[in-house]
Amino acid sequence: MDTDDLLSMTGIDKRFAGIPALSAASFSVRRGEVHALIGQNGAGKSTLIKVLTGYHRRDAGDVAFDGKPFEVSSPQQAQANGISTIYQEINLVPYRSITENICLGREKRKFGFLDWSAMHREAEGLLQRFNIRVDVRRPLMEFNTATQQMVAIARAIGFSAKLVIMDEPTSSLDEREVGVLFNVIRQLKQEGVSVVFVSHKLDELYAVCDRVTIMRDGKTIKTARMDEIEKIDLVSSMLGRNIERTEGHATAFSARDETKIGKVLLSAGNLAIGQIVQDVSFNIRSGEIAGFAGLLGAGRTETARLVFGIDRLRAGEMHYGGKVFDPKRPSDAIAAGMGFCTEDRKSEGIVPEMSVAENMMLALMPKLSKSGIIDEKAQREIVERFIKQLGIKCSGPDQKVRELSGGNQQKVLLGRWLAMNPRLLILDEPTRGIDVGAKGEIQSLIKSLADQGLAVLMISSELEEVIEGADRVFVLREGISVAEFDRAAATEDAVMGAMAHGNAPVIAEARP
Amino acid sequence: MTRSKLLSLLGSYGVVLALLLLILFGWLRYDYFLGFFNITSVLRYNSMFALVALGMCFVIMTGGIDLSVGSTAALGSVVAALFSPQGAWIGLGAGVGAGLCVGLVNATLVTRLKIMPFVATLATMLAASGTALLLADNQSVSVSYESGFTTLGQDNLLGFPIPAWIALAAYVVGWVVLNFTSTGRGVLAVGGNEDATRMMGLPADRIKFLVYLASGGLAGLAGVILAAQFGAGQPIEGVGWELFAIAAVVVGGTLLTGGVGSVGATLAGVLLLGILFNVLNFENGKGWISLSAYWQSVIRGLFLLIVVILQAKLSARSTAAVKEY
Repeated sequence: MDTDDLLSMTGIDKRFAGIPALSAASFSVRRGEVHALIGQNGAGKSTLIKVLTGYHRRDAGDVAFDGKPFEVSSPQQAQANGISTIYQEINLVPYRSITENICLGREKRKFGFLDWSAMHREAEGLLQRFNIRVDVRRPLMEFNTATQQMVAIARAIGFSAKLVIMDEPTSSLDEREVGVLFNVIRQLKQEGVSVVFVSHKLDELYAVCDRVTIMRDGKTIKTARMDEIEKIDLVSSMLGRNIERTEGHATAFSARDETKIGKVLLSAGNLAIGQIVQDVSFNIRSGEIAGFAGLLGAGRTETARLVFGIDRLRAGEMHYGGKVFDPKRPSDAIAAGMGFCTEDRKSEGIVPEMSVAENMMLALMPKLSKSGIIDEKAQREIVERFIKQLGIKCSGPDQKVRELSGGNQQKVLLGRWLAMNPRLLILDEPTRGIDVGAKGEIQSLIKSLADQGLAVLMISSELEEVIEGADRVFVLREGISVAEFDRAAATEDAVMGAMAHGNAPVIAEARP
Repeated sequence: MTRSKLLSLLGSYGVVLALLLLILFGWLRYDYFLGFFNITSVLRYNSMFALVALGMCFVIMTGGIDLSVGSTAALGSVVAALFSPQGAWIGLGAGVGAGLCVGLVNATLVTRLKIMPFVATLATMLAASGTALLLADNQSVSVSYESGFTTLGQDNLLGFPIPAWIALAAYVVGWVVLNFTSTGRGVLAVGGNEDATRMMGLPADRIKFLVYLASGGLAGLAGVILAAQFGAGQPIEGVGWELFAIAAVVVGGTLLTGGVGSVGATLAGVLLLGILFNVLNFENGKGWISLSAYWQSVIRGLFLLIVVILQAKLSARSTAAVKEY
């Protein structure tokens, strides 16, 4: 063991129901170092972290922390011993106040009772490091995702940890907030705190990490200094093969055959629903991928919700297939041939305790049943076809969706809508929280779906995904559609410029 | 925002407002409604329900349920009556102890064996009821009048019934625990998001263990008061108490899914349902209409439904308002 090492894990084995999740994995972190941990879904990163924090018990291997053997059996013990974790899905209690979410587990006391004012002060102080000033007495659920994420981070830091593990902390943050987070990470580093940083955004790793460890199939593949390893090496080590990449191409989207794009399917004019969507116009043709670009809070998801009938329009109108379209509820949109893969897979998309087959069949159920009785055989066939077609990695149609990786959960959702034979598919952040390999697969899938004539409305916070993937890019800014670019005009500079500054609002015209 | 604040305020204090309106109604309509006799008898009778509802409130805040409280109270009353000849304190301790035993079984089933609270407490409800009938030999068990045991249920202290003082003390302790101890905050956290609570490193199982234990103990205490008040352990009493307790907790604004709740509002909920019963009795006494006990149940059920629907509407509106930010 290196004397500089704060943490050293060697020969870690972990099996779930006989299937190895980790085999002889190793991982070490130096004092005051920011260490990236990357790998595809199912590579074993989360399992490794959960073994370290005592959430799972390891089957074999040694862990040393701060010079001593480290044996904990619960996240609470890990926390008490100096390891704080921020999990991928925000794990907080929405009904409770920000203060409680930050201070639960290490409450301040006065005469044996909780000292609320001291705890409020502490919560405020911790959040001020992120330049966040909010009423910490309000329930957490009243705040947006970014603030909730910052609360989770503030909570972890508040434990005066020696090691802070951040599992994809930036997935719900916008650029400015990411900057703030990086400052905090650098600050922690100066104080001698080590940070383990799990992220799928490679640029972020280069911005803030010192070293990187790459995992694949439950094994540790490589540990390297960030400044000595190329992006392409990171990706190929993760995938375990040399992937072909055209120069300057960061996604799996490739050039599209323009003749596959047909007539306008959906056109929306001056949609509005209060502050968050004020004036949004756009149109989508069949066989076209239309991209929504914009910062967090630009109103992209909210616009999609209007199209899908989840929220009701206050103003503006839509035409779909040449007719006026005014969905009152999602079932109207589904009946019209639309599908919607939501951004928040966990709470709005999948039903974790149900099987792959059941999840896939949820939307199709009414069509597949005769007088209320479900046609099992037809269901089975469809499910198996999509598992094959989408390359869903599962033990079979009966596996619980909860047990799948994020990428495969997303594919199940895609399958749910594709089973309906939709004409328009809305994809909200289709590759968020999905590892690089599965991301490419989903991107190619989207393209081939469009080639088959499906109109796709794709919302993505990853600029390259919109620019390379979309045939046309609509930029939303503060609830207003400010610009429209076709494939040739959609350069990074142009789109970012529109996102940041906005142009005169464009009126989307129906093209032949 | 002011509108939504008003709505959420109404949501939290609606039960108190309803309680005050009901008292006002009774005071204006009936001559002896706010008379000393009526007040003390309402308090004396409802203190048992208040104790049971307090335990239920904590259990529900963790996202669980305790169906066994009614038969636990019956068991507590029988055990207390059997031990009352040994002295008032021994009777009290035995009754509470019996309740704690049932609570211990519930807590173990739910936290160690991971049995769903509904099922676990349904089983102990039947078992406790059976045990009470066995111990009492299928009849009520007279308490000892020499040992002073009946003081606990029948006498007054500073003008108010002793059971009411006991209930009040329990509520003060409950309020302090919920608001000023880490276990109390943990109760709400577990109910709000159990996974997150575990990830945060809080002892989720210990917290759940404690609430079932406390619920059992409080039900046992209610049983002691029952025996002391009526001079006998009552093995067949307590039927439907759990439903009354759940109703009071829900009327008090505690979410059945857990995570949100209030001790004070639960007390208001108990009083609201208790006084509603009292008002119906007064109305019968006026002779204008004559409502049987069955009709009173129907009316209480309707009332509960109205409250729950109103609550759902209020919370839907206030979250909608919040979402617009």
